[in-house]
Amino acid sequence: MTDALISARGVSLSLPDLNAKRWFGPGPMVEILKGIDLDLPRGEVTGIVGESGSGKSTLGRCLIRLRAPTSGRILFEGVDITHAGRAELAPHRRDLQMVFQDPMSSLNPRHRIRRIVEGPLRVNGFDDAKERAAEALDRVGLPAEVADRHPHQLSGGQRQRVGIARAVALRPKFILADEMVSGLDVSTQAGILRLLERLVSDLGLTMAFVSHDLGVVRHLCSRVAVMREGGIVEQGAVEDIFDRPRHPYTASLKEAAPLPEIDPGWIKSGAD
Amino acid sequence: MGRSGLRLRLAGVWLSVVVCAAVFAPLISPQDPLAQDLFLERLPPFWIDGAEPGHPLGTDSLGRDVLSRLIHGSRIALTVAILAGLAACLAGSAVGLAAGFLGGWTDRVVGRVIDVWMSFPPVLFAILLVAVLGTGLHSVIIAIAVIDWTRFARVVRAETLGQTRMDYVASAVVAGRGRFGILAAEVLPNVLPLIVALLSLEMGIAVIVEAILSFVNLSISSDAPTWGGMIAEGRTQIHFAWWVLVFPMIALFLTVLALTQFGEGLRDRFDPVFR
Ligand SMILES: Nc1ncnc2c1ncn2[C@@H]1O[C@H](COP(=O)(O)OP(=O)(O)OP(=O)(O)O)[C@@H](O)[C@H]1O
Ligand SMILES: [Mg+2]
Repeated sequence: MTDALISARGVSLSLPDLNAKRWFGPGPMVEILKGIDLDLPRGEVTGIVGESGSGKSTLGRCLIRLRAPTSGRILFEGVDITHAGRAELAPHRRDLQMVFQDPMSSLNPRHRIRRIVEGPLRVNGFDDAKERAAEALDRVGLPAEVADRHPHQLSGGQRQRVGIARAVALRPKFILADEMVSGLDVSTQAGILRLLERLVSDLGLTMAFVSHDLGVVRHLCSRVAVMREGGIVEQGAVEDIFDRPRHPYTASLKEAAPLPEIDPGWIKSGAD
Repeated sequence: MGRSGLRLRLAGVWLSVVVCAAVFAPLISPQDPLAQDLFLERLPPFWIDGAEPGHPLGTDSLGRDVLSRLIHGSRIALTVAILAGLAACLAGSAVGLAAGFLGGWTDRVVGRVIDVWMSFPPVLFAILLVAVLGTGLHSVIIAIAVIDWTRFARVVRAETLGQTRMDYVASAVVAGRGRFGILAAEVLPNVLPLIVALLSLEMGIAVIVEAILSFVNLSISSDAPTWGGMIAEGRTQIHFAWWVLVFPMIALFLTVLALTQFGEGLRDRFDPVFR
């Protein structure tokens, strides 16, 4: 087995079915994740793809223990964190970071960017939070004066960079990126993707990249897991899965989204 | 600046006038607000023939000075506005924050209690409470807080619930912040502007409720100079001495308007998201 930073073993999650509320007793449950086995190899970007509602976000949030699975195990560097409480998770928190889809929702509208980026550093006991935050903003290509603004005073692309800076400032081992480029226009997307690639190689990050854009996944990820109805139908190296899909669902996904293959040259070149 | 700045400024000016009147009442009133003088009854305000110097806004049917009673009345109005408003605000906001943030059964219980509470007609509720507690300023304040905390609880709960679902809360969990820290540092700053606006509205409502209770003689002793009491007396004098009714009504109207406008003006001016 390869050296996995995070492993999921038989991860399942059931939640009460909100559509079938009963008057008495526990209502029926819906299985949102069904016995998921997944390895996220160190230093690699793993794409998680699948149709809407297939459980991609839910799986991602279990991987960083933003929520706990009903059964199964989550291992981080071989340590079982499936049912770790807040105190037990505390030493791992800085290593398990996330960039959200909608920065309008994930950046506190009433805090300045400075506070948004420094906050997590202080919570995790960094004395030099100020310097680290400034360095992170610089690293994601934001000018220093952005620190004094509020989120609504930034452009969509800048906001998403703040979200990245907040995660990267902690120098985490792992970042979950959930649909983080889907709200952006194509040229802003390209800039953010270029930034991600650079961060992954510069900082040796391990990443899970949740997306429904197969073109982007193919370009950015080295591995991919295809999800459907709460299960993984196949996983492996990107070329294997996309060029020789063994499962008919993967093939149909590819057909359903014949997105204009992003020209790698176009992402590579172009001013930042 | 612009419209909202003007609104904030006008409301602020009137509120400072009222606050100064309340604080310096004994120094600035021309007469003793309780002193009766039957030889000087129903004197008109200064611009009408027959006015006396020393009684710029005239006198009532017992010869008491209207301006002095207005000035002393502002003390009672402000005391009620501040104490009752704050009490209702603190109790209601705390309950609303807890229910919205914790969710689950806390939220369900709070929701039921609020529904039942709000099904009582408020004015009847107030009269009933004061009748039980006995008349007096403290009963008026308690009654307003006991009735109106639900106003805060309901709205603050809904807002907290919405804010708690935002990703910035999830993001704080990912950063490793504790529950209480998230509520205080992340959620509260986003609910606070609403609480401030509600508080200023509630202070206006408290002034009106006190006036209503004075009007039906359930506030402090009928002798004391309250705006509601003056309006009640003025009503019986409307054909002989309109000024006894009109001046306290203007004071009441302007104060309530200023309080409600002040809250919204503050939000427009200082909330980074609205600015
Ligand atoms: N708190 C919850 N309670 C009940 N059901 C939920 C809850 N959260 C998610 N679900 C359900 O779980 C399923 C998977 O949701 P999830 O958000 O993980 O899908 P997704 O693959 O990320 O979809 P999308 O591409 O639209 O983001 C959906 O059917 C959703 O309705
Ligand atoms: Mg999702």
